[in-house]
Amino acid sequence: MKIAVCIKQVPTREWQPRLNDDKTWIREADASFEMNEPDAYALEEALRLKEKHGGEVVVCSAGPARVAQVIREALARGADRAIHVEDAGLASADAFVTGAALAGAMKDETFDLVLTGLQSDDQGFAQVGVIMAEMLGLPHATIIMEVNVDASTGSGQAATLRVKRELEGGWFQWVAMPLPAVLTIQSGINQLRYATLKGIMAAKKKEIKKASLPASVASKQKIVSLYVPEKGKKTQIIAGAPAEAARELVRRLREEARVIQ
Amino acid sequence: MILVVAEQRQGKLNRATWETIAGAQQLAGMTGAPVTILVTGANAGSVAAELAAAQVEEIVTVESPALEPYTPDGFTAALQDAIGQLSPAHVLLPHTYQTRDFAPKLAARLDRALVTDVTAVKHVGGGAAFVRPMFQGKLTADVVPQGPAPHFVTFQIGAFRVDQAAKGSSSAPVRALTVSVDGAAIRAKPEAPFQQAKQAVDLSQAERIVSVGRGIKDQTNIEIAQRLAEALGAEIAASRPICDAGWLPMERQVGSSGQTVAPKLYLALGISGAIQHLVGMKGSNTVVAINKDPDAPIFEIADYGIVGDLFEIVPAMIEALKG
Repeated sequence: MKIAVCIKQVPTREWQPRLNDDKTWIREADASFEMNEPDAYALEEALRLKEKHGGEVVVCSAGPARVAQVIREALARGADRAIHVEDAGLASADAFVTGAALAGAMKDETFDLVLTGLQSDDQGFAQVGVIMAEMLGLPHATIIMEVNVDASTGSGQAATLRVKRELEGGWFQWVAMPLPAVLTIQSGINQLRYATLKGIMAAKKKEIKKASLPASVASKQKIVSLYVPEKGKKTQIIAGAPAEAARELVRRLREEARVIQ
Repeated sequence: MILVVAEQRQGKLNRATWETIAGAQQLAGMTGAPVTILVTGANAGSVAAELAAAQVEEIVTVESPALEPYTPDGFTAALQDAIGQLSPAHVLLPHTYQTRDFAPKLAARLDRALVTDVTAVKHVGGGAAFVRPMFQGKLTADVVPQGPAPHFVTFQIGAFRVDQAAKGSSSAPVRALTVSVDGAAIRAKPEAPFQQAKQAVDLSQAERIVSVGRGIKDQTNIEIAQRLAEALGAEIAASRPICDAGWLPMERQVGSSGQTVAPKLYLALGISGAIQHLVGMKGSNTVVAINKDPDAPIFEIADYGIVGDLFEIVPAMIEALKG
């Protein structure tokens, strides 16, 4: 099986947001970055499928030069090679532009399966996987918690895919579809592995192919203003030393909110 | 025209549709465009009768055997056809898992903008801007869709209230629309939905909940939260990453993929407040947040907050509750 995994580099969870001067994007110079968590689960799933069925895992990322860091990390965890669609404008690209960049880079590769996280922790569109499927003319399923591949047994029988889709409120559904297909992976589908020292060394020799952004792709949405959210409620922040703040909180929950005895 | 795409399963309307209608009426107040509701699927008729109470121009139903059960191929083809006939300026949908499964495909098929997870509509420079969270709720963006209409917008669950949707003085007219969907072109074969395990714990009935997030750091630390829950007479719950890691069972997960709760007291320990979690608990009466990050989005919806180390604060709370 030839599997593509699309990964994105996003600001770390600890990052404190700072805005650029015209307040339409973040100040990237102040941010530190890491692999988007749902994409890490997609990568892990691809590596497990390769271990079971053989083949190749190709990591694809669309972003500025800095995303080479997460590409190397994916290669260190076990991906075989990478495609990097490099363009400075991809840092703040919308889902259409990112989807077109990735679909463009993948279209000549004839992958059996394309995996990506269900959404990113930065702009959080939850669109790119599905847009890629449409652009590549492939079937898809979203928010996937289990992937089963029935490999082709020869004699003209096509390989098929059966996946467990998460629905809302604790419900699930199995869906079958032909390969090739695109899946968006839910966090928690598997247990993540970490890169070994051997993996890190091996990654240095792996190929990262550079690709450029297709010329005619226009943004379909524009951020006119970015800001720290206004508080919806008046939060009473209780200050003081831990023991003192804890006592005061308990007092207010008893006497003010009256939610405990 | 503003087109609202209703969501229903086997004749049962998803209540988030009413929230989307409320959002559509707000947008209509800005653009002056009439609102039409589109109901798709088998049983569209009974759902249409329910929605006809809304103050809208009309209800349009699309019934086709290719729409039952739901598949992204079937829905995309049917809606592409319906949108071609109705020519709306905006197409609004609730940001449900089903919408997330087909709306990007539909927008890509039509080469149109899709703004997802919107929480409010704003008037900006003579047009509509859509407000949405970014960076896990740390920032908010005003977004203007670009390019020709229709513009697709999905509304976050809970962004508008069901009771905000205006009802009409008389029933809205219902009209059936014929679309052509090639059933043979549907590639996915869905099986019947199922629940993994019977929900042994019904958190929706809990009066008090102590909920833990990533800030708990390690499985062995769950015990501290459990002791606080006992002292408060509360159920223990968690955000998704904790259940993913197996530190607490999945049935104790609160959020869009877990349970929706509305206790008198919701005490969030080390939960940053990603939107997927907030949608599951923002109906709580009193929300308390304890988190070391003063910018954590959970503080935006908390009534009481302590910025600090939960490993110092929680034992002190247990002590104070004894007294």
